[in-house]
Amino acid sequence: MSYITALKCRECGQDYPVEPLHVCETCFGPLEVVYDYGRIRAALSHKLIESRPRNLWRYRELLPVDHEPDIGPCSGFTPLLHARRLGAEIGIKRLYIKDDTVNHPTLSYKDRVVSVAITRAQEFGFSTVSCASTGNLATAVAAHAARAGLKCYIFMPEGVESGKIVGSAIYGARVITIRGNYDDVNRLCSEIADKYGWAFVNINLRPYYTEGAKTFGFEIAEQLGWKLPDSVVIPTAGGTILPKVAKAFKELKDIGLVKGGAPKIHSAQAAGSAPVIHALHKGTDLISPVKPNTIAKSIAIGNPADGFYVLGAVRESGGWGEMATDEEIVDAIKLLARTEGIFAEPAGGTTLAVTLKLLAQGRIKPEETVVVSITGNGYKTLEAVSNAVEQPFVIEARLDDFDALFERLSGGKRLAGAA
Amino acid sequence: MAVRVRVPTPLRRFTAGNGEVTASGTSLKEIINDLESRHPGMRDRLLDDKGEIRRFVNIYLNGDDVRFLDQLNSAVKDGDDISIVPAIAGGR
Repeated sequence: MSYITALKCRECGQDYPVEPLHVCETCFGPLEVVYDYGRIRAALSHKLIESRPRNLWRYRELLPVDHEPDIGPCSGFTPLLHARRLGAEIGIKRLYIKDDTVNHPTLSYKDRVVSVAITRAQEFGFSTVSCASTGNLATAVAAHAARAGLKCYIFMPEGVESGKIVGSAIYGARVITIRGNYDDVNRLCSEIADKYGWAFVNINLRPYYTEGAKTFGFEIAEQLGWKLPDSVVIPTAGGTILPKVAKAFKELKDIGLVKGGAPKIHSAQAAGSAPVIHALHKGTDLISPVKPNTIAKSIAIGNPADGFYVLGAVRESGGWGEMATDEEIVDAIKLLARTEGIFAEPAGGTTLAVTLKLLAQGRIKPEETVVVSITGNGYKTLEAVSNAVEQPFVIEARLDDFDALFERLSGGKRLAGAA
Repeated sequence: MAVRVRVPTPLRRFTAGNGEVTASGTSLKEIINDLESRHPGMRDRLLDDKGEIRRFVNIYLNGDDVRFLDQLNSAVKDGDDISIVPAIAGGR
């Protein structure tokens, strides 16, 4: 049963039928799914949601699908972890990590949006799914397409981490790398989508796909006991997730599932690809594209079309945004790993590094309930930190050798009882 | 000064369904004016009421985003390749 009534242009308001469309023919604005919130309000309750399996479909009335979904049966509902050790170290008592490093099956928040997009692709009758991706999206599309039995083509820029190529090809997807950056790939893909009639999850299925990102916000609210936090810090690349988390909080309030004030929503970008933060700091709506140069490849998008909506959501919420250098990103990845046992990709390091800056600036207060969004797993981006960790010590298989090493490492102290 | 212009689906009702058309001019502005005279209605889809490129339109000249070049004043020469692409934001 569907609660979608139409697609609507976010810019000029023109209505469109529920079809694989993503761009307004009049103004080129993005199309957005319209729901019948009155019916959803009547249908959905805390009790109903809590009675359902722990996956993203527990919020299915607020997602743009028609049938009972069988894609992504274990996607979403990732841990919201009270980060006590990290919180103590940086000075926030109620610090939470929303941990999509363990999203199923491909270890990033993309399993959410892709579950929705592939479900919709099946409903529209597509036989080939595809995407432009710098990596995480690619692996998610390839994995979910395999389970759905759909053909899959993946387009990525040359030079992404090798694990992400292998991580797509292994599912039987055909991988094509493009000599150019992510924006070049995106441009080519929208031309291919037009010509070949494939379901590009982040192009012609974009209105449906992006709705999946709301589940990140729904879960935060549910996992805090149907309350909203004071601050949420979210990485910004193309600009999908941040406005959708804002939308998720608003929807929950509108249909009466949460009460109280809305959180400040803060955007995090890498300094080498921070067009949205530059615009935010300048106080303008005009986002000047940049040529990305950062180790945070998963968020290296120089020309984010939804950046405009990120600015709107951040400003409306009373939030702010900052950027982190590659060095700060690596330090934050290590900090999170060493205090909480969570290994984030550079996007997560960016988000934590920016959280520290916002705390230092007083934009986030120590007494707030703060959620740091960790959207991808560090095991996919070992290259980014491989030179930043302590290198292993090599010894012979002799106890004397280890004794000597241990004495050196522990500053001359000998093990009690050792000879 | 003929250039090749690739046209996205939402604009093809102005080009009789063609995904590729030709136009002439020495700057992007002239190209757009020429497109308008050959395919009336196109300019309004590309430019806003201040005459700037619409926020959700990306125009690429030989693969480069014209926002990195000289915007509408970007110089165009014979044989150049122009793509008009909706500014979709991708994933990652």
